[in-house]
Amino acid sequence: MTEIAHELPLPMQRPPATSTGILGWLRANLFNSVFNTVLSLIAVYFLAVTIPPLIRWAFIDAVWDAANGQACRGPGGQEVGACWAFIGEKLRFILFGRFPYTEQWRPLLVVVLFIALVLASCDRRMWGRRLLLLWPAGLVLIGILMWGGVFGLRYVGTEYWSGLPLTLILAIIGMVYAFPFAILLALGRRSQLPAVRMVSVAYIELVRGVPLITVLFMASVMLPLFLPAGVTIDKLLRAQVAFILFAAAYLSEVIRGGLQAIPKGQIEAADALGLGYWRRTRLIVLPQALTMVIPPLVNNFIGAFKNTSLVLIIGLFDLLNTANAALTDPNWQGFAAEAYIFTAAIYFCFCFFMSRYSQMLERTFDRGHRR
Amino acid sequence: MASETAAIVVRPSRPAPWRDPRLRGIALQVVFVAVIAAIIGFLAYNTTVNLRRQNIATGFGFLDREAAFGIGESLIAYSPADTYARAFLVGLANTLYVSAIGIVLATILGTVMGLARLSRNWLVAKLAAIYVETFRNIPLALQLLFWWALLREVAPGPRQAWQPLPGVFVSNRGILLPVPHQDPAYLWMAVAFAIAFGIAYAVFRWARRRQAETGRQFPAGWVGLALALGLPLIVFVAHGMPLEMEWPVLRGFNFAGGTAFSPEFGALLIGLVVYTGTFIAEIVRAGILAVSWGQSEAAMALGLRPGQRMRLVVLPQALRVIIPPMTSEYLSLTKNSSLAVIIGYPDLVSIANTTMNQTGQAVEGIAMIMAVYLVISLLISLFMNLYNRSVALVER
Repeated sequence: MTEIAHELPLPMQRPPATSTGILGWLRANLFNSVFNTVLSLIAVYFLAVTIPPLIRWAFIDAVWDAANGQACRGPGGQEVGACWAFIGEKLRFILFGRFPYTEQWRPLLVVVLFIALVLASCDRRMWGRRLLLLWPAGLVLIGILMWGGVFGLRYVGTEYWSGLPLTLILAIIGMVYAFPFAILLALGRRSQLPAVRMVSVAYIELVRGVPLITVLFMASVMLPLFLPAGVTIDKLLRAQVAFILFAAAYLSEVIRGGLQAIPKGQIEAADALGLGYWRRTRLIVLPQALTMVIPPLVNNFIGAFKNTSLVLIIGLFDLLNTANAALTDPNWQGFAAEAYIFTAAIYFCFCFFMSRYSQMLERTFDRGHRR
Repeated sequence: MASETAAIVVRPSRPAPWRDPRLRGIALQVVFVAVIAAIIGFLAYNTTVNLRRQNIATGFGFLDREAAFGIGESLIAYSPADTYARAFLVGLANTLYVSAIGIVLATILGTVMGLARLSRNWLVAKLAAIYVETFRNIPLALQLLFWWALLREVAPGPRQAWQPLPGVFVSNRGILLPVPHQDPAYLWMAVAFAIAFGIAYAVFRWARRRQAETGRQFPAGWVGLALALGLPLIVFVAHGMPLEMEWPVLRGFNFAGGTAFSPEFGALLIGLVVYTGTFIAEIVRAGILAVSWGQSEAAMALGLRPGQRMRLVVLPQALRVIIPPMTSEYLSLTKNSSLAVIIGYPDLVSIANTTMNQTGQAVEGIAMIMAVYLVISLLISLFMNLYNRSVALVER
């Protein structure tokens, strides 16, 4: 007994080398069982096979500066590395497309404005009346910059609008207009009046049941047939309308989710206060329902943003289609991979930012429900 | 006094007609329907006037006429001399074909990636996360064009074709795979497999009932596996083990033999699977995370092995969360297959587009596309709802 008591304040020992530092981390995270060891080895092998050639192609063997496509290639006419010179040469065309070259500061400013507007809307302190003033002002400014024709700006028709500004216009204006329509559809679907409900359900299910391409085709081929002779709508507006009609059906289902989640007591309380249908909806129901569905709304927005790339089918020059058009230059043939990777990077930046934002919102809103 | 109160009680106040909610509702609906009908009527009138002015025929009579355009790849026999109806059928078959394969492959890829993202293996989880975040955030149209360009322009000619696996060739003419030689043994093996499946199901039911009654377990899973593998194997051996494969070989400037996928089909399939796989991965991950950890702990406390815990406790609860969003992913994959028109794979929309350009009958063409997609959507929803009902929570 005494011996033990004598030895009790044991000298501190370092933990074994295999459980601390890099070695310990490796053991705990990569090699903690036979199965995981096999998985790790497969993953390492996969990385070893794919990453070095990719890095060699994209950076080490890449050509950053060249006069034309021939200069980008190796002696045998074979492409050795990525030809980023192609992107440098076509950068302005991919971003702004057929917009008059000397006026391209205008679409650049439009892109900056759009990004600023979206960033401002992401800030929760801005939510409220201020945004309702900011957006119309911003959109008017964007319209002036794109069209021109006033303040000494040259007039530029919509047929010259292209590239990134066009993508942003289709996505953002589309969502701005689809939103109120979607609210009406969602309310209609939950209406007590059978005729209103049936029409709303039929519209939502019909649009959600068909691909966006069909709706775009319809807008480009059938809309001219629907209108009285002599009335024409330009191509961009047609695509924009199709886009709004399509997005509204999907948005309305998200909003319906929020409407359904509102406790019945809220509506009864509003009735007891003597509020009519519209005042009840505007003051009690919608504020709660819409806040609840903001994260899925952002996800929906990401989907709509990606969907704008489909307008290339009806011949509009959005970001994807300008990249496509840049590939047809006879001086720069065969650099499709570079063009698509560059375009993909732009789309990725926008979508990734939005998805991170939606995740952040989800965590913020979730806080109240967590113990 | 008394008579006055009685008079008030007996006659409940009736609101004026314009304040009666029921009457107001009816009036509102009548106006609403009238407005909608007026809009539709206006559009329909304009359409008929415009069509007459442009001398475009109406009706589905054009379906019996000769299509007079070629189709690159088709599952059923087709020549330009066939009718438009047949061309539509070719497109429908192609759409269903690529969607069906896509759904199966995307489910496999998505499930693997969703589980990998939950793995305790850091490297595997990170790789899966990179896959999901990258391909989810790039438009499908762009991905399709990228894969198509990769297969057509970057891939070498048939003479220098890449060979990722022995017998598999990737060149700018498409992807070639070896196929087994036609042999009656394969048909009989399929029959044997079907029979084994039936027996295994019966054994499974019986084992379940016996366990419920007596508590004794029976290794039904192993017996089923042995049956499913064993019976076809016996047939295979009985037929003298016909192992001959038909390998693709280079003849002149192109390949012969094996089975070939065109670059368009390859790009469409890869794009759809890789893109939809990311969404399925997230659904699977969310579904498994939705089962609370207490369930797993309870299962461990009951002494269930990890496999049993997954199969009997976690998965049945996760499936409830997974099935409904999975249905909408399958639907969107099918609808997204219409992006084939971008890269020129002859799917339904692409063929309908050609037809509309040739005949000018846009209304009929669009109507047919919409009808087909609506029917497909309804069928997938119906099927998945039936399946969902079988896994849904049965409440008392």
